[in-house]
Amino acid sequence: MSTGLNDNEIISKVLQGDQQAYALLVNRYQNYVFTLTLRMIKSREDAEEVAQDIFIKAYRALADFRGAAKFSTWLYTIVNTSCITFLRKKKMDLQSLDNEKVFEIADSQDSGFRANLVEQKSKAAMVNNAITLLSPDDAQVITLFYKGEQSLDEIAEILGIEPNTVKVRLHRARARLKDKMQEHFSEEVKDIYQ
Amino acid sequence: MEQLHEAGSGMEERLWSFIDGSASQEERSVIAKLVESRAEWKAKYQELLDIHALLQSSELDAPSLRFTKNVMEEIAKLHIAPATRTYINKKIIWGIAWFFIAIITGFLIYGFGQMEWSSGNSSTITDQFAKIDISKFFNNTWVNIFMMINLVLGLFLLDNYLSNKRKQFRKEA
Repeated sequence: MSTGLNDNEIISKVLQGDQQAYALLVNRYQNYVFTLTLRMIKSREDAEEVAQDIFIKAYRALADFRGAAKFSTWLYTIVNTSCITFLRKKKMDLQSLDNEKVFEIADSQDSGFRANLVEQKSKAAMVNNAITLLSPDDAQVITLFYKGEQSLDEIAEILGIEPNTVKVRLHRARARLKDKMQEHFSEEVKDIYQ
Repeated sequence: MEQLHEAGSGMEERLWSFIDGSASQEERSVIAKLVESRAEWKAKYQELLDIHALLQSSELDAPSLRFTKNVMEEIAKLHIAPATRTYINKKIIWGIAWFFIAIITGFLIYGFGQMEWSSGNSSTITDQFAKIDISKFFNNTWVNIFMMINLVLGLFLLDNYLSNKRKQFRKEA
């Protein structure tokens, strides 16, 4: 949906009292926010609820957006904190990059993904399914970089870490994704490389 | 074997920097030459490039069709909160900072004033610090009560000030 207005112009309208203009921002970013949330939280129902909550929080705090960074970067900061809060409530350990528990949960969903894959049979679907098998940390950094249109510096700002740490995390996440693809989708990976 | 693995990992890291565009100009030209001249670099580069292309082709998930409607229904009941910078007075923050800086400086001045600088080499600076006695200021119950009351009053006033400001801005909004 193209409106011709950029994010900052829409935000100015909302701050001047045009509440309906906020729907433009929701439409523009709902897929990004939902994908990022889903890849961290893994459950579709929970992700939808959290994503809605993120847009509500962003609306309430809109006056705090100064325009120094991109709106998407500011919004993804809210996504990050909301998902971490949700996962903490669900008692999922986000600390370790090699979180066995998260991998086990993700692996247990594998049969469903494979059935889905038979239907979709596309490279993009295979990558999406492989990303779902990653830990929330890995899935987050990959999604922000490839789908969230964020630079390494912007991701560092969202996650509150150094750009070099983001670089290392991204590198590790891609290596783990490669392992996951080879482990779970070896036939499809062979087709791709051929 | 471990060295080989490390070398491979280093190669991957450098190639990813090259693909992502985060490598310096100098590093880029070095890697470009390596990819051109060495078979193992070329093969790894192609492999990583495939993964990069795959990741770029991954699709975004879409929420339910009612998503925007649900959000808009929720925010219809809400107001935008006033910006935090408008109700948090920087002077107060600086005031608190100066208060603590003054206390720390006061203790330091008092501590250095108590030290016996002329006692020569017989004692170290650690011993000198150990001799500083500030307990006499705090072992008096009345002084402690007085400081606690002041602290509670200070926090109460700060809370009162912030909630008044918030109410004022909500009314204006």
